[in-house]
Amino acid sequence: MSATTSSMPKPSSTREPAVAPRSASRRSPARIRRRVLGIVAVLIALVWAFPVYWMLNSSFLPYNRIRSTEPTFFPIGGSLDAYNRVFDSNFLSSLRMSMAVTLITVAAALLFAFLAALALSRFRFRGRKSFILAVLIIQMIPAEGLFISHFKMLEGWHLLNSVVGLSLLYVAAVVPFTIWMLRGFVAGVPRDLEEAAQVDGCSRSQAFFRITLPLLAPGLVASGVYAFLQAWNEFTLALVIMNRPDSMTLPLWLRTFADANRASDWAGIMAGSVLIAVPVIIFFLFVQHRMTSGLVTGAVKG
Amino acid sequence: MTRPASTSAVAKQATPPPPVPGHVRPPRRRRGQVLPYVLLIPAIGILIAALGYPLTRQAVMSFQEYGLAQQFGQPPEWVGFDNYIQLFTDSYLWSVIAKSIAFCLTVAATTMIIATALAVLMTVISTGPRLILQIALLLAWAMPHLASLTVWQWIFDSQYGIVNWLLVNLGFDQFAGQSWLLNPLSFFVVAGIVVTWMSVPFVTFAVYAGLTQVPGELHEAASIDGASERQRFQMITVPLIKPVLLIVGLLQIIWDLKVFTQIFVLQDVGGITRDTNLIGTYIYRLGIGEGQFGLAAAASWFMLLLTVTLSLYYVRILLREED
Repeated sequence: MSATTSSMPKPSSTREPAVAPRSASRRSPARIRRRVLGIVAVLIALVWAFPVYWMLNSSFLPYNRIRSTEPTFFPIGGSLDAYNRVFDSNFLSSLRMSMAVTLITVAAALLFAFLAALALSRFRFRGRKSFILAVLIIQMIPAEGLFISHFKMLEGWHLLNSVVGLSLLYVAAVVPFTIWMLRGFVAGVPRDLEEAAQVDGCSRSQAFFRITLPLLAPGLVASGVYAFLQAWNEFTLALVIMNRPDSMTLPLWLRTFADANRASDWAGIMAGSVLIAVPVIIFFLFVQHRMTSGLVTGAVKG
Repeated sequence: MTRPASTSAVAKQATPPPPVPGHVRPPRRRRGQVLPYVLLIPAIGILIAALGYPLTRQAVMSFQEYGLAQQFGQPPEWVGFDNYIQLFTDSYLWSVIAKSIAFCLTVAATTMIIATALAVLMTVISTGPRLILQIALLLAWAMPHLASLTVWQWIFDSQYGIVNWLLVNLGFDQFAGQSWLLNPLSFFVVAGIVVTWMSVPFVTFAVYAGLTQVPGELHEAASIDGASERQRFQMITVPLIKPVLLIVGLLQIIWDLKVFTQIFVLQDVGGITRDTNLIGTYIYRLGIGEGQFGLAAAASWFMLLLTVTLSLYYVRILLREED
């Protein structure tokens, strides 16, 4: 979490020197206040993380302990049985489905958005502003309002229950925001660098691939993670488009698994949730800081 | 690893490089006229295919009688505004819309208040507690929606849920076996808690990222001028992070208005749908559920217009900030 530690907020770090010259008696109330607020923050953290912990904890509990009026707070003497039950269902085929859709979405969205972001931040052309405006407005179109025609459209193209069909919708859903995010990163690479390389004899495209592209890597990773999260977690469109048992993505699988086992196999349901969540959480912990700052850049720059 | 490339992006964009004089300019410009459009083709292509086309098609369908008979091959019949009239004269639609707007505004406001408070809290506490809070929020943020929903169902389970256990142990015996999802009001409270829990992390991090970009010198100068902490917050911090607050506020409104997964899954559990439908689930049940595609298309168009209207105010401010 080096990214987070390094972003020590400026306000507080500059406030300290302003307070320091005063007497020690003025300093201690501030310190106590800071400590109290720190405790409050930790308590909030515990409350916020509780559902995640509860999922993990419950997934290890045997039947008689999970269905007990007295909750078990630590999975001492727990087991991995629930995970075995998950793998006995058609979890793996859904995993394959989710991975295929997610990979296609990330790759296509990154490529398309990257090209568009280049156009928007490296060129001044007619219609540029309207395109930016369109990107902003498109994000307001609720996918939930397009259920019907998405369903009818893919039905007409014989793409219901297909990876391609679902990916097509996901890419379109992700691309506007990805363009927005990447635009900020591309604009962050000074053009002078490229121009200097050109002066040194690189062609324009050489300058781009040798100088600009490597500097954009963090932005691409951040946008890629965004696309990954969306495709991996999406439920609504998948529910409409993928209506056959053998073409379910993981969120759909979890729902049917829970439906079939409701009130009997909560440990299994929690184990399934853990298996869906853990890869995302790990992946995410490393890059979130860049994602947020990418968003903020986009926000500040409109 | 300090503030990423994006911070400098703001500064760089604000001062565009001076126009290169003379002979360098014209050839680049000519090439620039075609190339940007070529670069935009894939993005525009997929947006037209996956959004533009369905939007148009949905508009057409909303003026047609398109039900189950048409599903099985009968050509759709033009009915003018019949679908819209049928919808708008049905008081049920209005109750769904009223509930959706109330739910959206309540949840969005709660999210913004909690998240802004947490972001400010992060700027005044020391590194240790801040990291703990950040990790907790990240965990909640990264959880796939369906996984979180399932956990929350388990937490609110009537017999084995920890909420009921806690309430009973605190002495509220009437909550033993309480089924939260069977009553519309407590259904929405649970849904609201879940949605807020999921949304707060993102907003907190965005606002916090905005706060870390507020230059400390401004605060210093203001405190030398005798401004209190509160005054500094109101007069320096808030105006500077306003763009961030606006954009995340807008996103919250959009997301909370079209909230679907949470409502749909909780409805599945609770078994009451009619009293708990919001716009998203209403359209789904009308179209995919009952096969009334024409009606559902009309309702969808109405939902699109409603979302755009509600967010127009924000878009105008955003555009003004851009100039």
